[in-house]
Amino acid sequence: MNQIPALVRVFAYLSLLTVGGGMAAFPEMKILTVEVHKWLTFPQLIHLYSVGQMAPGPNMMMIVAIGQWAGGILGALAVLVAFFGPTALLAFLVARLWKKLERWPWRTSIQQGLAPVSIGLLLAGCFTMAKGAIFGVETASIAVGVLLILLQYKINPALLVLGGAVVGVISFMPK
Amino acid sequence: MSDAAANPALEAAASAAPVGAQASIGQIFLEFLLIGATSFGGVVPYLRGSLVTKRNWLDDKEFVEMLSISQSLPGLNATNMAVLVGEKLHGALGSIAAIVGICLPGAVLIYIVGIFYRIHGDHIWITAALKGVAAAAVGLILSTVVGLSKKSLAGKADFVFIALTVIAVNRLHQSVPRTLIAVGLLAILFHRPRNKQKESAAQ
Repeated sequence: MNQIPALVRVFAYLSLLTVGGGMAAFPEMKILTVEVHKWLTFPQLIHLYSVGQMAPGPNMMMIVAIGQWAGGILGALAVLVAFFGPTALLAFLVARLWKKLERWPWRTSIQQGLAPVSIGLLLAGCFTMAKGAIFGVETASIAVGVLLILLQYKINPALLVLGGAVVGVISFMPK
Repeated sequence: MSDAAANPALEAAASAAPVGAQASIGQIFLEFLLIGATSFGGVVPYLRGSLVTKRNWLDDKEFVEMLSISQSLPGLNATNMAVLVGEKLHGALGSIAAIVGICLPGAVLIYIVGIFYRIHGDHIWITAALKGVAAAAVGLILSTVVGLSKKSLAGKADFVFIALTVIAVNRLHQSVPRTLIAVGLLAILFHRPRNKQKESAAQ
């Protein structure tokens, strides 16, 4: 069955939810891609997102893999355009408008008001993901370890995610 | 214009006034392609290093300003920044060149990784590694939450808005757009512009 129209609809919608970052859309992404359209399982979604953290470039590129699975190379392209197109157009239009709004007093209010909401959405996305990713002492220790190291030292996060893979192999390989 | 950029002396002269900086479509595309291919572990520091320090297409003030616009809009910081910088340097075509450039390397990589994962994802080595990777990603997101909270919150009341957002999405299972509109409006109204007398009296 042709999944392209559904892919475009879902990812164009998710695109508009990414206020403050891609993770804000994660709870809806789980519902739509896993539960409604069944393009992949929840563990697969978590794995793709996490592996995507090791790739360079914008951090939601994992959507390409979902598009590829559901609709081949056309699916991947459709998802890319649907996910990045609407917000790119919006940014383009706002870029021209924003300078003119420099003295508009609500501009600061919008920025100050959206800051805590976008942090809340990021945290909500994180909790949704943690439900699938944290399930015992080992995984909890890895998450807390990464958090503490990043708060303490200036280190490239991609290396820590790679380190997580090594700890994962050591902890979960059948002996 | 492209001649000027090819000549280091002229480029240095132009860099004194980055506000008027211009670049060809090809230069924009290549620079963002390079950022897209090398920015492991988060795009923003690489953007700054490349656009402000190396190319002198923006000064620091413009960079921070554009970043704050990027963060207030839907869309990823990386792609919003590409659109804003591309627009400034070369209009609509500049935006397209920048966003395609920054997305291309990661998209090709994940396309290949996705196919590989589809075939070998249930291999015991890989499932073991992925459990660790996913847990590490949770820690990474939490550190972003802490970093952003330190940087961009204006007062204690903001923690209430964070809590309301999390409760609405995770506990009450409200959709993200509904939460965004409800809590967002509340927070924007809370941070509404006050008139100047009151503000100076408070300070």
